[in-house]
Amino acid sequence: MAALRAFVPPLAIAVAIVLAGVAGHFAGPLWGWGVAGLAAAGALASFWLATHPVSRAAAVPDQHPARSRGGDAWPWLALLSGIPDPALMLDSRGVVLGANPAAASFFPNGIGRHISLANRSPELLSAVEQALARGSAQSFQVRSVVPVERTLVGQATPLFGQQKLEPTEPALLLVIRDHTAEHQIAEMRADFVANASHELRTPLASLKGFVETLQGAAKDDPVARDKFLAIMALQATRMSRLIDDLLSLSRIEMREHVPPTDRVALAPVIADVVAALRPLAEKANIVVEVVQGATLLGEGVIVLGDRDELAQVAQNLIQNAIKYGRLGGRIEVAISRRADRAQLSVKDDGIGIAPEHLPRLTERFYRVVPKDSRERGGTGLGLAIVKHIVNRHHGVLDITSKPGEGSVFTVRLPLA
Amino acid sequence: MNNHIVTSYDAEFAELDRATAEMGGLAEKLLADAFAALSRRDPRLAASAAASDGDIDRLERQVQERAITMIARRQPVANDLRHIFSVLKVAGDLERIGDLAKNIAKRALALSGETHPKPLINGLGHMTELALRQLKDVLDAYANRDGAKALMVWHGDAGLDLLYNSVFREQLTYMMEDPRTIGLCTHLLFAAKNIERIGDHTTNIAENINYLVTGVVLSDPRPKNDDTTSLLLRHRPMDAA
Repeated sequence: MAALRAFVPPLAIAVAIVLAGVAGHFAGPLWGWGVAGLAAAGALASFWLATHPVSRAAAVPDQHPARSRGGDAWPWLALLSGIPDPALMLDSRGVVLGANPAAASFFPNGIGRHISLANRSPELLSAVEQALARGSAQSFQVRSVVPVERTLVGQATPLFGQQKLEPTEPALLLVIRDHTAEHQIAEMRADFVANASHELRTPLASLKGFVETLQGAAKDDPVARDKFLAIMALQATRMSRLIDDLLSLSRIEMREHVPPTDRVALAPVIADVVAALRPLAEKANIVVEVVQGATLLGEGVIVLGDRDELAQVAQNLIQNAIKYGRLGGRIEVAISRRADRAQLSVKDDGIGIAPEHLPRLTERFYRVVPKDSRERGGTGLGLAIVKHIVNRHHGVLDITSKPGEGSVFTVRLPLA
Repeated sequence: MNNHIVTSYDAEFAELDRATAEMGGLAEKLLADAFAALSRRDPRLAASAAASDGDIDRLERQVQERAITMIARRQPVANDLRHIFSVLKVAGDLERIGDLAKNIAKRALALSGETHPKPLINGLGHMTELALRQLKDVLDAYANRDGAKALMVWHGDAGLDLLYNSVFREQLTYMMEDPRTIGLCTHLLFAAKNIERIGDHTTNIAENINYLVTGVVLSDPRPKNDDTTSLLLRHRPMDAA
């Protein structure tokens, strides 16, 4: 019997790995390895237990399970750290005994407390409960919406079936894998189609209308033809801009759950953007002024960020300020440091925004005056893009405005 | 945290916190699912979300029974008494949040055959996102006894109120422009109101955490921005008839 117990788990690992290869062929490599990884981790743990049947009895963790390495205690913590995905060891009451480094970001300060205090998603909790009650492995999937969309899949594997254990003994292995990226791809596609079809229909219908007119009534009318072609060119430009914005929004949402890690100095990024927008500002006779607040020891304001995305934030905000600013007005772009935050603010002296619109501005396709926005070449996505980028950077976007006096858009980002 | 001579007393407290966390997790999921069912017009999701409210109610009764037993058997004082009372109140608020979210799920079920204007759903989506964020923060603050975070949530409700005002106006405008949307918009209006109420219960929880951590009751009037009770849009096409 003992020989059989020792034999089965390695077989399970082998089977899991072979299955992963096969699954990888059909379902895309990430998913296949994901499932097999979870299965192999469970198998690995039970393999160790099967080959060390005597030591289990002595495995009574003390208050600090991380240090219970001596004597006959089985080295489950070392086992956990051998798993690349977030992995936790729970006792039979559901209290977290220990976790590997990968689990730290998912379950901050959870050790020594019930798992529900670190993660309260019903799917995870019920998998843990079921696994302990039935003595068989349970897999689960958790979708969360805030603060960023995230999909986790995982498995709760009871180590000793339904055997009666001391309440503080290691009893259950919980392995989790971040499946956000895979899930987003499917979700994005649906979202993109829904948004695109909704917003592209209007310009497309007008294009078709003009084409029909040019083929029919206005066939031999050169004046009307020039006029219509100019409108058509405008509509086509609008459609391509819309597609560009939708694509960049999708791209940003896709990696929103992965915080950026580069160190970026804000000032040069802003300077480039302002220089690129100068012709547009000059056309509206608007002066764009960059103000850099006093910084300690003259060093620049450096944030953890993605350079291109931060440039896009600045570009969208400054472009908006030019679009909705006063002709002949002034825009102030300020970079400064406030406590532990970097701050970028764009202030215009335009018509301002009524208070009931302020909280809505970052919604997709929300427009204060729809006709006005379209005429100014807006896609209705500029601030939605800003919001998602700021979200990815763990920052905050703050908008204040007084009708008739102008608006201030402020982005606060964590310093590097 | 507390270290009592009788360890089973600590275990009873841990059990109270566990049940409260579980209730919170169910309430979060119920609200997220209720809105997802509404926006995707998914009657199955709506039905399963509405059914999960029963679990929240069951847990609340459990928490109440446990708390009463603890009071009767242990005669708690000071911190312990505050802890038990906070749990009771927090569980009560979570149960109400569950009810309000369930109400949205039921409306989602009623509306699953209707087409609805995307902008209106966008506004509700934004409200749901903000309410979920507040709820997540307050539950995290409760699990970690984080008074500062609770205070942040308490102040954050003003943002949800502003958003509600805006959504309320938008829905009224829609109904005035096209009376055929009145049936649909009324449901959406109630859904928006429910989310706003969820925000209020979330701030109640924040107040309780503050009380639990500091022992002081928040006495400043909470910043409120809901002015829909006094809002009447002037343009009334019916008067012209």
